[in-house]
Amino acid sequence: MTFFIEVVLSGLMAGIMYSLVALGFVLIFKASGIFNFAQGVMALFAALTLVGFMEKFGMPVWLAIIGTILVMIALAWVIERLMLRHLVNQEPIILFMATIGLAYVLEGLGDILWGSDVKLLDIGIPQGASDWMLDSFDIYVEKLEVFAAVTAAIMVTILAVFFQKTRVGRALRAVADDHQAALSVGISLHTIWVVVWSVSGIVALVAGIMWGSKSGVQFSLSLIALKALPVLILGGFTSVPGAIIGGMIIGVGEKVAEVYLGPFVGGAIENWFAYMLALGFLLFRPQGLFGEKIIERV
Amino acid sequence: MTIDDLSTEVLLKVEDVSLAFGGVKALDGVSFDIRRGEIRAIIGPNGAGKSSMLNVINGFYHPQQGTITYKGQTRKQMRPYEAASQGIARTFQNIALFKGMSTLDNIMTGRNLKMKTNLFWQALHIGPARREELENREAVERIIDFLDIQAIRKKPVGKLPYGLQKRVELGRALAAEPELLLLDEPMAGMNSEEKEDMSRFIIDVNMEFGTTIALIEHDMSVVMDLSDRVVVLDYGCQLADGLPHEIRANKEVIEAYLGVSHD
Repeated sequence: MTFFIEVVLSGLMAGIMYSLVALGFVLIFKASGIFNFAQGVMALFAALTLVGFMEKFGMPVWLAIIGTILVMIALAWVIERLMLRHLVNQEPIILFMATIGLAYVLEGLGDILWGSDVKLLDIGIPQGASDWMLDSFDIYVEKLEVFAAVTAAIMVTILAVFFQKTRVGRALRAVADDHQAALSVGISLHTIWVVVWSVSGIVALVAGIMWGSKSGVQFSLSLIALKALPVLILGGFTSVPGAIIGGMIIGVGEKVAEVYLGPFVGGAIENWFAYMLALGFLLFRPQGLFGEKIIERV
Repeated sequence: MTIDDLSTEVLLKVEDVSLAFGGVKALDGVSFDIRRGEIRAIIGPNGAGKSSMLNVINGFYHPQQGTITYKGQTRKQMRPYEAASQGIARTFQNIALFKGMSTLDNIMTGRNLKMKTNLFWQALHIGPARREELENREAVERIIDFLDIQAIRKKPVGKLPYGLQKRVELGRALAAEPELLLLDEPMAGMNSEEKEDMSRFIIDVNMEFGTTIALIEHDMSVVMDLSDRVVVLDYGCQLADGLPHEIRANKEVIEAYLGVSHD
C-alpha cells in the first residue's frame, strides 16, 4: 500500500511539472487563440537567462529573478511589435507557424547569449527526500517536487482570480471572444497581447526554474513542451484548472501504468502512455475535461 | 418635438466622407451632423452604407476622403481606442458579445476605460483595485436594473435568446456612460413586444441621461416615432436629410426605399 501511494504521489508531482509548462500554453491560447509552439523554448530561455545572470554577472538570486522577469516582459513587447502586430486577423495556422519560427529564434538567441552547455541551477529550493514524510509515513517524497506543487497551486489561484475578477482579466477574455467588440469598449489589443505574453513568460520562468533545478538547464528542456500537449488535450486548451488537473492525471497515469502494467509489455510505457491517453480523448471528448464546449449556432 | 427644441451644438459632423473597398464604393461623399442630445436615425436599403458609416465614426474603417469632427476636433479618421475613450459607444448589427462570459462580466467590460488601477494591484486583488471593482460593480448593477435583466446576471450570454442578447449589448455600451451612442439595428429580429421594450429603453437613455444617439433601423414606424432627424443613404450616397415627416414625404426616398418595402 505504501508503495502504491508512493507511486501515485511521485506521479502527481511529475504531473505538476508538466502542468507548469501547459499553463503557459493555456494563457496565450485563451487570450488570443494562438497555439504558442515556442512555450517550451521560452521556459528554457528564461532558465538560461536566470543562470546567466547569476553566474556571469554574479547577481544574488532575488535580483537575478527580477532581472529575468524584466527580460521576459521585454521579450513579450518585442514579440508583439515585430510579430503579432503584423499578423492581426490572420488564420490561426499562420500565427502557429510564426511561433515555430519564434521557437528557433529564441533557441538560437539563448545559445548565442549563454552557451549550450548544461548548467546547474540552484536558487536555494530545498532538495532531497522529505524527512518528515519518510519518518512519519515511511513514504519517499522529493522536497523539490512538493515545492513545485505549492508554487503551482499559488500561481493557479492568482491566475484564476486575475482572470475572473479583474479588469485586465476580463479584457483578456473579451479579446479572446471578439476582437471588434473588445475594440469598441476601448480595449487596446496591443496592450493585452503584451500583458498576456508577459504573464506566460513569467509562468515559463517558473516552469524553467523547477525543471532546471531538477535536471539542470539544458536544451532538451524545450522538448518537455511536447509532454504538455497531451496535458492540454486532456484538460482543455482554454482551462487553467484543466492544465493542472490534466497534468496530474497524465503524471499519475504514466507512473502507475509503468509500474503495474510495464512488466507485462516489456516496460517503457511512460514514454507513450500520455499520447495514447490524449488520442483517446481526441476521439471521445475533443474539448477536453474542462474546455469550453464548441457550440456552433446554425 | 420640433427642430427648435433641440440644442444646436453639433456633437459630431462628417463631411464629404468617402470609403471604398477595392473598387466598391461603400460611401460616396456623405455629409451630415449629429447634434448633442438628439436621436438621429440613419436609414436606407440593404447595402446602402449605413453600417459602414457607423464603422467610420467609431474608427473601425478609415475613409479615403473627408473629415470627421467630433467635439470640435477635426480628424481624417478615428481610431477605435480614441473613439471609446472620447465617449463613443456602440452596438453591432450581428450581436458582438463575449459569448463565454456572463451578462454581468459582459457589461463590466463596458467599464473598461472607467477603471484605472494598475496591473500590480489588480493581480493582488486588494487595496484600490478592490474598491474600484466594487464601485464599478455598483454602476453595472444600476444598468442591469434599468434594463430589467436581473434574472440573467450570471448566465453566459451565448445561451440567451436573441432579444435578451441585444439588451445585454445595449447594457455594455451604456456602461461606458457614452456621450454618443451608436446603435446598429437594435431591433432587428425582434417581435413587437421586444421592439416596444427596446424603444422605451432608447427613449429613456436619451431623456434621462441626455445621451446623443445615432441609430440604424429598418422598421419605419419605429424610426418615425423615435428620431428627431433622419438621414437617408442609398448606394453609399446621401439621398436626403431632414425631419421625419419631411423624409416621409420625400419622393426620392419613397422611390428608393419606402416604396420598395410597401409593395
